[in-house]
Amino acid sequence: MKLLVCISKAPDTTSKIAFTDNNTKFDENGVQYIVNPYDEWYALVRALELVEAKGGTVTTITVGTSADDATIRKALAIGANDAVRIDTEAKDAYYVAKQIAEYAKDKGYDIVLTGKETINYNGAQIGGMIAELLDMPYVSLAEKLDVDGDTAKLERDVLGGTEVVEVKLPFALSAAKGMAEQRIPNMRGIMAARKKPLQVVPPVDVEPLTEVISYEMPPAKSACKYIDPDNMDELVELLHNEAKVI
Amino acid sequence: MSVLVFVESKHGKVSKAGFQAVTYGSKIGEVTAVTFGDVDPSVLGEYGAKKVLLHKGLKEANDQQSTRLVVEAVKETGADIIVFSKDQAGKAIASRVSAALEAGLASGAIALPVTDNGFVVKTNVFSGKAFANVKIKTDKKIISLIPNSFPAEKVGGTAEIVEVSYDLGEAGVKVLELKTQGEGVPLPEAEIVVSGGRGLKGPENWWMIEDLAKTLGAATACSRPVADIGWRPHHEHVGQTGLAIRPNLYIAAGISGAIQHLAGVNGSKTIVVINTDPEAPFFKAADYGVVGDAFEVLPKLNEAVKKFKANQ
Ligand SMILES: Cc1cc2nc3c(=O)[nH]c(=O)nc-3n(C[C@H](O)[C@H](O)[C@H](O)COP(=O)(O)OP(=O)(O)OC[C@H]3O[C@@H](n4cnc5c(N)ncnc54)[C@H](O)[C@@H]3O)c2cc1C
Repeated sequence: MKLLVCISKAPDTTSKIAFTDNNTKFDENGVQYIVNPYDEWYALVRALELVEAKGGTVTTITVGTSADDATIRKALAIGANDAVRIDTEAKDAYYVAKQIAEYAKDKGYDIVLTGKETINYNGAQIGGMIAELLDMPYVSLAEKLDVDGDTAKLERDVLGGTEVVEVKLPFALSAAKGMAEQRIPNMRGIMAARKKPLQVVPPVDVEPLTEVISYEMPPAKSACKYIDPDNMDELVELLHNEAKVI
Repeated sequence: MSVLVFVESKHGKVSKAGFQAVTYGSKIGEVTAVTFGDVDPSVLGEYGAKKVLLHKGLKEANDQQSTRLVVEAVKETGADIIVFSKDQAGKAIASRVSAALEAGLASGAIALPVTDNGFVVKTNVFSGKAFANVKIKTDKKIISLIPNSFPAEKVGGTAEIVEVSYDLGEAGVKVLELKTQGEGVPLPEAEIVVSGGRGLKGPENWWMIEDLAKTLGAATACSRPVADIGWRPHHEHVGQTGLAIRPNLYIAAGISGAIQHLAGVNGSKTIVVINTDPEAPFFKAADYGVVGDAFEVLPKLNEAVKKFKANQ
């Protein structure tokens, strides 16, 4: 099996969110980048489990600059065989998806895995766009994945429940919680990762379809009103008359 | 401006998030809704749709076929703007349609577009910790709207219903089985959510959460460690690595309010926090706080709500 896992970096979940340049840029000051948790914990680890059980290779692909190499090495340390970086700044979701689709289109990948979203942009767009560009079926929000020959069986999150679905290879998916357990890379993995191939390829020409023109912080919350634990009638009254939510 | 709104249907009903998307669309222009399955979509007229395209042949929101459905409907209506609800199906289909039409997608909208300098949509980013103003640069524009960020409004119109029978091609994904989460309100659609954390000590104490949820007609949720230890099912996990929700009322008991938890719930209109520790970070994000033991406060709150409901 030939698996391609899309890997993105994301600011650590405890990062302070702030913006610079007149609120047009994310303030990277003091921000630590991690591998986007959905890409790492679920997509990558499940891909590794599958090739460990059935043979094959796991390649990671990232659209980014050399600033992304640390997160790519982390993915290699966890166990991916090799990595590809398309050497350009990620401009918007379509731009990224198109770069990946152009790279992947004639390479015969059986499954293209993405995380369900990045924790910074929460777009949940890349997987579906890649699937459309490669004309593949797409299983979004997959929580389980098993492969038997040329057929995969998955469970995915749908409105009000979980769907069990079947799909023929090749296809694309977005991985959500439940698919695998996080793996901590060991020293051997980290050493080995340094020697694994990281291929840097030039981007293709793509016009982004969208652009972030500015960022905003949500309005500050007014101070919390404290209610005596023995006076729940007051809380109910406030929820009804003041907040108007019950 | 011609607006096309995709509305999912399930179990013979169009989805509630679809009503919100139709109302949202009707504030931008004239809405044609497109839906599928064995449903009576006339209710969409009440929310402002002038026309509904109904594809009875499509039975489920299969993303490849739904994408073809929307693409065909765009051709037929000449729509400039396409609106999806950013729920499970909408996420997949909106992104496919964006690639198919090479039309820019503003994912996770929480407000109407602003058009005085191009076409700009405010979206949720950083799991709700910030907003991004996204400019869509293509002629056709796609917006996916976060459920519960825009209230559905009944305007009492009627929609012309047109059956369509476009060729939707193959369904690459075959659905074998649907496991429902049982009765109760699905969490992403819930207007009220009662949520518990590690402070509740064990799954055997969840009746306090469930009783209050039942009285309020609410859905139940939990913090991540609670789902990880298996006290509660994974689909109840809210936060940065779980579900992001925006109910009108979020009641959190025994949850510390870690930044990753807040990320998934800080879009809630009103937040009530019940915690024994007055220093718990959650109080900073709360509208109403109760410093007290959840084991005493939750049953008391349940009684107070019951009393209130009885007097309504
Ligand atoms: C990358 C990453 C992603 C994460 N994603 C998420 C996420 O999506 N969602 C999420 O929830 N967490 C997430 N976390 C975990 C998060 O950091 C916290 O550890 C978690 O939210 C804490 O859960 P808790 O509040 O239930 O438990 P605790 O932090 O243990 O808090 C329990 C609280 O209960 C209170 N308490 C104790 N007894 C009582 C009582 N009798 N009555 C009332 N209150 C009581 C305590 O004072 C305390 O505040 C993530 C962490 C990381 C590193």
